[in-house]
Amino acid sequence: MTGRPAFGMRSADSSADETPAEPLPPDARVDLARERAESQADEVLDSLDRDLVGLAPVKTRVREIAALLLVDRVRARFGIDSGRPNLHMCFTGSPGTGKTTVAVRLAELLHRLGYVRKGHLVPVTRDDLVGQYVGHTAPKTKEVLKRAMGGVLFIDEAYYLYRAENERDYGQEAIEILLQVMENQRDDLVVVLAGYKDRMDAFFASNPGMSSRIAHHIDFPDYEPAELEEIGRLMMAREGYRLAPETVPVFRDYLRRRRARPRFANARSVRNAIERARLRHASRLLAAPGEVDLAALTTLLPEDFLASRVFE
Amino acid sequence: MRVTQGTFSHLPDLTDDEIAAQVAYALERGWPCSVEFTDDPHPRNAYWEMWGLPMFDLADPAGVLYEVNECRRAYPGHYVRVNAYDAGYGRQTTALQFIVQRPAVEPGFRLDREETSDRRVRYRIHPYALDRPQGERYT
Amino acid sequence: MSAGRWSAGVIPYAEMGYWRPDYRPKDSDVLAAFRITPQPGVPPEEAGAAVAGESSTATWTVVWTDRLTSYENYQAKCYRVEAVPGSEGQFIASIAYDLDLFEEGSIANLTSSIIGNVFGFKALRALRLEDMRIPPHYVKTFQGPAHGIVMEREYLGKFGRPLLGATVKPKLGLSARNYGRVVYEALRGGLDFTKDDENINSQPFMRWRDRFLYCMEGVNRAVAATGEVKGHYLNVTAATMEDMYERAEFARDLGSVIVMIDLTVGYTAIQSMARWARANGMLLHLHRAGHSTYTRQKTHGVSFRVIAKWMRLAGVDHIHAGTVVGKLEGDPHSVAGFYDTLRLDRIAADPVKGLYFDQDWASMPGTMPVASGGIHAGQMHQLLHHLGEDVVLQFGGGTIGHPMGIAAGAAANRVALEAMIKARNEGRDFLAEGPDILRAAARHSRELEVALSTWGDVTFSYESTDTPDVVETHVSL
Repeated sequence: MTGRPAFGMRSADSSADETPAEPLPPDARVDLARERAESQADEVLDSLDRDLVGLAPVKTRVREIAALLLVDRVRARFGIDSGRPNLHMCFTGSPGTGKTTVAVRLAELLHRLGYVRKGHLVPVTRDDLVGQYVGHTAPKTKEVLKRAMGGVLFIDEAYYLYRAENERDYGQEAIEILLQVMENQRDDLVVVLAGYKDRMDAFFASNPGMSSRIAHHIDFPDYEPAELEEIGRLMMAREGYRLAPETVPVFRDYLRRRRARPRFANARSVRNAIERARLRHASRLLAAPGEVDLAALTTLLPEDFLASRVFE
Repeated sequence: MRVTQGTFSHLPDLTDDEIAAQVAYALERGWPCSVEFTDDPHPRNAYWEMWGLPMFDLADPAGVLYEVNECRRAYPGHYVRVNAYDAGYGRQTTALQFIVQRPAVEPGFRLDREETSDRRVRYRIHPYALDRPQGERYT
Repeated sequence: MSAGRWSAGVIPYAEMGYWRPDYRPKDSDVLAAFRITPQPGVPPEEAGAAVAGESSTATWTVVWTDRLTSYENYQAKCYRVEAVPGSEGQFIASIAYDLDLFEEGSIANLTSSIIGNVFGFKALRALRLEDMRIPPHYVKTFQGPAHGIVMEREYLGKFGRPLLGATVKPKLGLSARNYGRVVYEALRGGLDFTKDDENINSQPFMRWRDRFLYCMEGVNRAVAATGEVKGHYLNVTAATMEDMYERAEFARDLGSVIVMIDLTVGYTAIQSMARWARANGMLLHLHRAGHSTYTRQKTHGVSFRVIAKWMRLAGVDHIHAGTVVGKLEGDPHSVAGFYDTLRLDRIAADPVKGLYFDQDWASMPGTMPVASGGIHAGQMHQLLHHLGEDVVLQFGGGTIGHPMGIAAGAAANRVALEAMIKARNEGRDFLAEGPDILRAAARHSRELEVALSTWGDVTFSYESTDTPDVVETHVSL
């Protein structure tokens, strides 16, 4: 039993029986379209296009990243070692702009391209990472990191990890462990930090180590009114509702007013508006005497929205 | 000598990739894994020290490998093993257990015999490592 | 009814209430499936009723004292008779017995009732007890295995692989001192257990006490050499319970983890030893010596799956249950049924495995099956495939006959086993790739390399006699 690799050595070839694939000769040719089809990455990209309204710059960035990773794979087959690309990202934008949804698709995309092994998304916030007392934070952070390995760790409102006003805050400990793992376990997980753009910028300014480990910054713009309307229509269609023709301008007006008010949260606000309209619709049907038909059960009328506070 | 406790002690020491493959087998079956270490390999020493709690809900072996390597770093001269637990009804016990680090030199065990009456012998297994205090045994 | 073949005085059992096609068994009934081969001219329903009657309340004629009892409760009821496909003249009779017929926790009483009288019954040419359903109500009156599979593994600290054993050979004639040498070599080489053979008791060439002393020297030397818990099944089978207790207590005092008995000691002695083993923290190994005299023939006797059920109830931790690929009788499907019966908690009826009834063990721990007889390291992939992980694989000749010595033979088996488990866990098709996996493992184990070249091609391919009725049993190994 001589010549066995020592414990602790991360061996490149796990089974000595398998010889690593020879690099392609310099004059070889690779069909990129086929590579692309075989990775099935396009299915994810297409569903991103199809299922998410707007977000054109985001979709473009995701496509660029996918292209880079695909080409990197082919380069590797010729023996060009450009190292594993840094894939940690930062998603900035207001609430409800689709950051989590894109992160889920991104995890799947990275999995199909072979950059993460499992492709699951573990969404967390400060409370999942930072403990309440001495010695509590490190195990908490590590447990989350271990659960995310093989996939993508999504830290929402990541700047709450850092509290400038309190230098003894346990968040700093979580950040240090995060940095260590982001650097040393790049093969094992991809970290996505998310939050408002201005606060994220302030966070990076105070944590240059974190900033330097983020390869891709993707900004999620607020939705335009027409996009919000489209989002609302998609949501309603999914739940078996539609707007009466006379409701369409009311809904549009609602969105315009809501968008101008504080704590507007893009798609999330649209979702909440529809939920409330459903409640009013149901109460209205029950209050009216007589029978209902399919149209009555599925059609939202102007008053279902007009009762909202935004019209006060 | 070579302590042959654990499922794979008669094979060459597992590489990290081979360890990951075994952990993946456990995770696929929903068995949480844990890491333990000791400097007392007596065969009746059931309770090696726990390197943290069992790891529940992992999707990928990398988390277990991470702790294995952390444990190795902290205790480079100890025995380290990985356990997988099957919490299934009617089982509820260790399902797989294998050593992933051993000391550079394993001094083994002394067999003490106490001769009693009518040819009976009382046996005692004594790990040589225990001749030194805890923490200094494999340095 | 062809009255001519029946002499005066024999009463049709069917008319006495033992044939009850309308009866729906209660959850608490003990059920039995008998294979009956009636004498020519005896209708199968009458034959089934006769078995029900003769294994419960009936005698050959009506007795008035029946009328002093609530006899309907005590009558066994034959509720179904089905022809065996492809075997003319054979029928499976299903019979239900009220729980009241049996003493709590007594295999002796259960067997005296079910198989006590009826097998010599003249109206039948042959009779075989194929299977029984023991209801949880009755299961709960038995101790069950002294430790069971889970506790045995925790006790030994051995997980995730079959255990390995070997029977000391030659069977007869070794002196105690030479015998202990075999134990030491086999255990230090990598086996978990060594074993006395069933007929090693206390003969002139080696008395039991001397054997125990030398075996424990070998066991303890091997423990010190490997850092693993090891054991030798010290066979305490003897003429009387007093002798058996004396030997078992001596084994316990010497620090053995396990003792052994033979099936020939009888059910009551087995239950006594199971109680003793639990009280004394000793594993109890049972060798099924003699079972083939009544389990092997397909038309007469008692199926081994019934013996397996009784022995789990009686409380043994180990029982020999077949190898499929070795030198002894064992059709793959039937053996799978035996192993399920011993190891699982709830088992669904499965005609392919010869299991006639659902069986609920009500959480009674499992008994570890032992595969022994003509198996070797080159079959490791087949053994793992057929027998699974909770099993003791015993390589007697395959250890002791190794050209490089006993320890080398043991190491070859252990390397082969660990390599196969590792490959299985890595997701490889270990059954198909078995020989490749073994050859690859042999590259770092000279012991395995030699074992493979010595026994690589040895197989025992004979037709099994005890097979389920429903399937072709051509299994490619």
